[in-house]
Amino acid sequence: MEATVFYILAAILLIGTLCAITARQAVRAIVYLVVSFFALALMFYLLGAPLIAAFEVIIYAGAIMVLFLFVIMMLELESPEKLPKPRFSDWWPALALVVVVVGALAVLLLSHVRAVPPGFTDIPVRQFAYTLFKQYGVAVEIVSMQLLFALVGALYLGRRK
Amino acid sequence: MTWDTVDIALMLGKIVFVFAVILTYAAYLVLAERRILGFLQDRIGPNRVGPWGLLQPLADVIKMLTKEDMIPSAADRLLFSLAPAMAALPAILTFAIIPLGAPVEIFGHKVTMQVADLNVGVLYFMALSSVAVYGVALGGWASNSKYALLGSIRGLSQLISYELSMGLSLVPVVMLAKSLSLADIVNAQADMPFIVYQPLAFAIFLVSILAECRRIPFDLPEAEGELVAGFHTEYSGMRFGLFFVGEYINIISLGSLASLFFLGGWRGPLLPPILWFFIKVGLFSFLFIWVRGTLPRLRYDQLMHLGWKFLTPLALLNILVTGWWLALR
Repeated sequence: MEATVFYILAAILLIGTLCAITARQAVRAIVYLVVSFFALALMFYLLGAPLIAAFEVIIYAGAIMVLFLFVIMMLELESPEKLPKPRFSDWWPALALVVVVVGALAVLLLSHVRAVPPGFTDIPVRQFAYTLFKQYGVAVEIVSMQLLFALVGALYLGRRK
Repeated sequence: MTWDTVDIALMLGKIVFVFAVILTYAAYLVLAERRILGFLQDRIGPNRVGPWGLLQPLADVIKMLTKEDMIPSAADRLLFSLAPAMAALPAILTFAIIPLGAPVEIFGHKVTMQVADLNVGVLYFMALSSVAVYGVALGGWASNSKYALLGSIRGLSQLISYELSMGLSLVPVVMLAKSLSLADIVNAQADMPFIVYQPLAFAIFLVSILAECRRIPFDLPEAEGELVAGFHTEYSGMRFGLFFVGEYINIISLGSLASLFFLGGWRGPLLPPILWFFIKVGLFSFLFIWVRGTLPRLRYDQLMHLGWKFLTPLALLNILVTGWWLALR
């Protein structure tokens, strides 16, 4: 049963992301991306990480995408029908990335390393927290300080003029 | 995880039960609001349809369903039809984690009175409330009208700001209960409801959920005096109905959460647990209506000031004090 749900979610995830890339309208692209984030969150839940699933929705779907939406609504972009269609030269960075990803996948599949599913067991929040804040506590602090520096830096650059 | 037929049947039964209860509750909450507002404003309110106007919700639904459903020609049709669902769904889905009463024994199975006891319940609620923003934002944007757009931009910034203070006011509750699961939070209040230890967090949570419901004094996204009807100006018929019912379901779900986090949920003396739960939720619903009949609307800068410069720092301070108290005790 879990496998079936997994493949349904995978299909939604891929289709959603594809639509997000090809959508001409920025707001629609955001909605498609949010759909794929939901599928991804459910996938995390299925793999036994409900905490990550909740964070996926809170942070990505609920905060970052909402911020994007806010900016797009404030900017009042030109209507997409008037914009020129993307040329091939706009596509090649994406194509390069596709080659890299497909190459990595091929290497992974050919090297006979079978990915072992974690067995669909729930990892309790307590255990997750101990691992994150005891074992990797310093790393977490460094990352959060970096984010703070970025925030202060952005504020400084924005205020200078 | 093995599921037998009884488990699946119980789960489906619970889902249907919760659906029926909240939709009926929401329908009668609309009526209650109109009657109570009528009383507060010294007029009668709707009392023509059925005895004491009790059939009014039915009449409203028939009216909504038979009205013309208009989509403006310049609107984004897909997002325009998606937005009302995005507004109502998160509020309904919140009920999946709300324990309505004490666990009971049915056919030798121990049945919890909640659809799913997630071990990340509080975060599930936060996730849904952060997604609820999309209904307002997309509805206003897709309508392609300046009033709707202004309303939805206001709504977006208001919901983001107050989500923060709402989330932070729940941290002390989680610290006291030592769990994110709603069943554990209710069990932790067996001796004493958390409102006794956390009156400040309760006050912050209450103001924040008023803002999250977009009700007076925080109804800036709608502000009928300035923005016609704000983000749902262009909506008619049942699509408007979904926005409308979504607001009332939101009142019920946030009221239930407030009673779970701070008033001990279904715990109470003498009366059966489920009755206690609905009494508490009813009190919150009444409070929401009372506030609407009493307070004027805030100005936009006052709203932002209250959220960012007052409630959020206060909630952070409250977390610090709670932490010290827990460490030194």
